[in-house]
Amino acid sequence: MNPDAHDSTFFLLLRRLRAPLIALILVYAIALLGLTLIPGVDAEGQPIQKSFFHAFYFMSYTATTIGFGEVPHEFSETQRLWVIVCIYLSVVGWAYFIGVLLSLLQDHNFRRAVRQQRFARAIQRLREPFYLVCGYGETGRLICGALDQTGLRAVVIELNEIRVGQLELDGYQIDIPALAADAGQPEILKLAGLTHRCCQGVLALTNDDSANLAIAIAARLLAPGLPALCRAETVETATNMASFGTRHIINPFDKFGRYLALALHAPAAYHLLAWTTGLPGTVIKRHRDPPRGHWLLCGYGRFGKVLVTALEREDIPVTVIDYEPPSDSGRRWVRGDGTGIPALLEAGVQQAVGIIACTNSDVNNLSVVVTARELNPQLFVVLRQNLQANQALFAAFESDVTVVPSQIIGRECLAVLTTPLLVPFLTQIKERGEAWSYTLLEQLTERFGWETPNIWSVRVTAVEAPALLNRLRPTDPTVALGDLLRDPHDREQFLECRAVHLTRANESTVLLPHAHTLIQPGDHLLLIGRDGARQDLELTLNNENTLDYVLSGREIPGGWVWGWLTGDRTRKTAAGNNP
Amino acid sequence: MNLEKVIFGFFIVLAATLNFGFFIGDIDNPAHHDVYELFAAIVVNLIATVLKFGDRTHIGAIHLSTSLVADLQLIAAALVWSYGVHLTGQGMTPEITASVVSLSGGALFANVVSIVILIAETIMQKR
Repeated sequence: MNPDAHDSTFFLLLRRLRAPLIALILVYAIALLGLTLIPGVDAEGQPIQKSFFHAFYFMSYTATTIGFGEVPHEFSETQRLWVIVCIYLSVVGWAYFIGVLLSLLQDHNFRRAVRQQRFARAIQRLREPFYLVCGYGETGRLICGALDQTGLRAVVIELNEIRVGQLELDGYQIDIPALAADAGQPEILKLAGLTHRCCQGVLALTNDDSANLAIAIAARLLAPGLPALCRAETVETATNMASFGTRHIINPFDKFGRYLALALHAPAAYHLLAWTTGLPGTVIKRHRDPPRGHWLLCGYGRFGKVLVTALEREDIPVTVIDYEPPSDSGRRWVRGDGTGIPALLEAGVQQAVGIIACTNSDVNNLSVVVTARELNPQLFVVLRQNLQANQALFAAFESDVTVVPSQIIGRECLAVLTTPLLVPFLTQIKERGEAWSYTLLEQLTERFGWETPNIWSVRVTAVEAPALLNRLRPTDPTVALGDLLRDPHDREQFLECRAVHLTRANESTVLLPHAHTLIQPGDHLLLIGRDGARQDLELTLNNENTLDYVLSGREIPGGWVWGWLTGDRTRKTAAGNNP
Repeated sequence: MNLEKVIFGFFIVLAATLNFGFFIGDIDNPAHHDVYELFAAIVVNLIATVLKFGDRTHIGAIHLSTSLVADLQLIAAALVWSYGVHLTGQGMTPEITASVVSLSGGALFANVVSIVILIAETIMQKR
């Protein structure tokens, strides 16, 4: 970080105050000189000259308008004449100084410099892991909220000052440092802690593809090991990002197109995906399966194109309603915007089975589907919601699927950031058949309900599971997964969680590991369950006594002396192996 | 010719010359050290300091620091003078005078450093 940039506000202040300060010094100097040179009279009527000490004392209280009077002796008339000059001079001097100071403090550039400096200091002082979020739009806000809920810190860079002000009003539990600046500039990124050792990841979520690209390349060059999640709205940007090794590129339109295709041909897989990646605290509603037949689509923009491609891949006929004819010919097209009855009728709304409203205007989308439902109540409705602010309207209309692009990006980002192991599991969901997903979804939701579960991963290492690792090292390395997931309060019960994915130290993976799967050092487990189970499992993995109880049902003597008396030497050897 | 440089050089040299004028003479003889000269030295030094504000170059920073040292020394000298004349009530005894003059001598050294830097800067200038 450039140290000069930090002092710049201070130097700016000094430079601007140069003239008023010199003016003040001169005013004081002239006044003091006059006061010491002009003769006065003392109490006995003897002529006396003021010393510099008395003159400075007098000027100090006179110039600051405190005014103690004429001390130490009453002034002569000549002195009084000079004091009149001094008073007006000093008032002008101070007024000039204060005027310049105040105008400087009001100055837009100066205040921005001060804010930037304060922000940089706040980042430097951070001693806990944080995520750098570039762009505080819908998605950024969603992510900050979710990170805040899980107790993780975010640092925000946003171009729009109004949105930065909004962030302060949003009321997070953890203070989120925010700066109004262009995140596309590497200097700003460094200031915001891109190269900070506590930075855990960068999220480029601005609505400007070129800025996201700039962030991606800055992250790649300045902090190569750092996970970077970048939003790309066009294929060109995505390809460009991929070319220099950006690992996570999220195209909301493309992503949703895939989701919808999945929802059409594998509803259970879609539900499983939505359930596992849902935002904390939300309940996933199970919608009816999308029917096959004739579909309507209003708004043939970027989003619409992706959806039409996705539908056609499933061999589903689509009629597009838009003012502009589709650029690719051979597509059924009706002129209109879908909010009026004639256009909908012409497109065949009464014979259609489903409608997708995906213009970039929330009001139009709602208008389309309300009209369409009146014409055909059986329609399967897919709605695009652009702004989080319209949540109440979309909640009131019971659509079958409501797509919020910002939520799609948000969920994906959070999943990748907080539980990296979730990504291969999600890939598995997409690849395995519908029947597999259906069985798993039934099993999981029956056990944990439809509210978004807690998903976390555990690695069998000295840091995350010291007790378990100790147990695995000595002669008897058989710990079955099923036994590990028993309740530490009553081992007859099992914890409210399930291991769904296991990655061995040698990179081999086990999907849905059985209860009798043996745990090995270095294993990486993905668990789905409830909050309580996570804490209980942590206790088991960290505390040797608890672990022993969970695995064997035996209550180990707690203290060292008692342990020695009962001759329990195994624990000692185990402890000896622990580095 | 740059007016700013003229003013800047003027104040730096004037600060040093005034200070030298006050400093020269028997160290404990009050008759050799005029208080008005000390006053003038303080004022000119303060102005020279303020002129250096806001220069972000390395040389500017050194200028500012030497100037601040001179200010500090001269203000300390003025405080000792006030202490001698007004607080003890004994006037300028040889001890007080010696202490004031030696403080101003320290300031003079800082002023000389300032001038050396100024000269070095001028020589480095290629034009």
